[in-house]
Amino acid sequence: MSERTLLAVRGLTKRYGERTGCLDVGFDLWPGEVLGVVGESGSGKTTILHCLSGRTVATAGSATFVQRDGKVVDLLRMPEAARRRLARADWAMVQQNPRDGLRMSVTAGANVGEPLMALGARHYGKIRGQALDWLGQVEIPLDRVDDLPATFSGGMQQRLQIARSLVTRPRMVFMDEPTGGLDVSVQARLLDLLRGLVADLGLAAIIVTHDLAVTRLLAHRLLVMRGGEIVESGLTDQVLDDPQHPYTQLLVSSVLPP
Amino acid sequence: MSAYNFAYLDEQTKRMIRRAILKAIAIPGYQVPFGSREMPLSYGWGTGGVQVTASVIGPDDVLKVIDQGADDTTNAVSIRHFFARTTGVRTTTRTDEATLIQTRHRIPETPLRPGQIMVFQVPIPEPLRWLEPRETETRTMHALEEYGVMHVRLYEDITQHGRVATAYDYPVRVNGRYIMRPSPIPKFDNPKLDRSPALMLFGAGREKRIYAVPPWTPVKSLDFEDHPFTVERWVEACAFCASRESFLDEVIVDDKGGRIFVCSDTDYCARRRGQEA
Repeated sequence: MSERTLLAVRGLTKRYGERTGCLDVGFDLWPGEVLGVVGESGSGKTTILHCLSGRTVATAGSATFVQRDGKVVDLLRMPEAARRRLARADWAMVQQNPRDGLRMSVTAGANVGEPLMALGARHYGKIRGQALDWLGQVEIPLDRVDDLPATFSGGMQQRLQIARSLVTRPRMVFMDEPTGGLDVSVQARLLDLLRGLVADLGLAAIIVTHDLAVTRLLAHRLLVMRGGEIVESGLTDQVLDDPQHPYTQLLVSSVLPP
Repeated sequence: MSAYNFAYLDEQTKRMIRRAILKAIAIPGYQVPFGSREMPLSYGWGTGGVQVTASVIGPDDVLKVIDQGADDTTNAVSIRHFFARTTGVRTTTRTDEATLIQTRHRIPETPLRPGQIMVFQVPIPEPLRWLEPRETETRTMHALEEYGVMHVRLYEDITQHGRVATAYDYPVRVNGRYIMRPSPIPKFDNPKLDRSPALMLFGAGREKRIYAVPPWTPVKSLDFEDHPFTVERWVEACAFCASRESFLDEVIVDDKGGRIFVCSDTDYCARRRGQEA
C-alpha cells in the first residue's frame, strides 16, 4: 500500500450461501480521486459499497483506510462503534433514492444540519447558517430551507441529499446511482454540480452506476464488473475508448446514441 | 387482605424488580428491561409505577400518591387505597411527611429531602422512539451515544415556532451520558431532577422498562447554546394561595369564559393557606 492511498481494498468477497455477491475484488483509492464502478444489474457493484460502508458483512478480504489522524484501520474488521464514528466524520453516502438518504418528516434545514448536530454542533444560528450556505452551493432556493423535502422535486431532493452528505466535509463519498431516476436535463445539472463539488473539496469518491456517460464525466478511473468480479480496470477514457475485455466491448457498444 | 402477599406482588417478582432497580441506579438513565406483570389496573394508569412502588415499599414507609400534582384525583385515590389495603402502611398527602411518593406528571413543589423516593409512572420510556422506530437501532444509538437526532427535534421546534415548543416530557441527559425521557412531567419540573437529594425511579409497565436517577445526579435538559433551556412563567398568581412560584393549572369556572389559575400541587397550595389538603 502506497503512502498516499486513502483506501486499499484486497480480496473483498461476499457470498450469499451458494451464490456470490462479489469475488476477490481489489482496488486502491487515492485522495481526491473519483472511481467509477460500472456493470450490469447484479454484477456486485452495490455489494462492494455495502461491504465497505458496513451495511453487510463481507465474507473475506480487507479494506485498509487511512484516518484523518493518519491511523490505518481495516473497515471490514473494526468494531461497530468505531466504524460508525468514522462514518459520521469521514464518509458520506449518497443513495439512489433520496428518500432513503433524507429524513422526510423534518425540514430541509434540519436535514442538512443533522450531521453537524451528530458531530456535536449545539449552536442553532451557526447550524442554520451552514445549512443555508450548503443549500446555496447545491442551487436550492434559500427560501425553501424551512420546507419539507417531500415538497421538493426529485432533482431538488437529490441535491438536498448531496448537501446533507457533504456538510461535514467528509474525505470519502460513496454514491450509489446518484443520477438514477432523474430526467436527462436534471441529470446533466446534477453531474455538473457534483463534478464542481468533488473537485473543489478534493473528495475521494466511489460512484456506482450503470450509466457510462456519468462515469465519463465524473470518474478518473473505472472498474468494470461482471458476475461479482472485476473484468477490466483503468483510466476512464482508456477503458471506454479502447475496451479490452469482451464484456466491456459489449457494454460500450450497447450505449444508444441519441 | 390476608389472601394477598404484602404489597400485592409475590416475593419472587419483587426480587426481580429490585434487581432491575439496582441495575438502573448503577447506570443512571439506562433503561433496564424487566418482566412486567399484569396488575389489577389497566395499562396507562400506572402499572409500571405501581410495580416499582410495590417492590420498594416497606411496613415503615409513609406513602403519598399524586396525579397531575393533586392528591384527590381518581388515579391517585385508587392507587393510594390499593397500597393502604395491601400493605397497611400509613398514607399522607404531605410531601414532607412521605418517604415514598408515587407520581403521575408532576414533581411536588415542596423541595424533596434525602431519603425520599419518587416513583414515576412512564408511558413511553424511549426518548428516541418518534425519531427512530426500530428498537434494535435505538439501543445501538444509546450504546454508541448517537444523540444528534435529538437536537434535530429541537431544531425543528425553533424553526417552526421560534423557540423550543416542547412543554412536557422534555428530554434530558443524565450524568452526561444517557438521554432520558423524564416521563410526562412539565419541563417546569425538569430543574427539580438536577442533583435532587431524593432517589428517582421510573417504571414503564407496558413497555417493560425501569430506569433511575440516583440522588445528587446531574440532569441537564437538552438545548442549543443560543436557545438555552427555560421554564414557563405565568403572569397570574394562584387564585387560592397567591403563589407566583408554583406550576399553575388554568381552570374554567363558568360558561361565560371565566377562568382562574390555581396551583397544580394541591398539598403545596393547601399548606400555603394554612390548611390540610
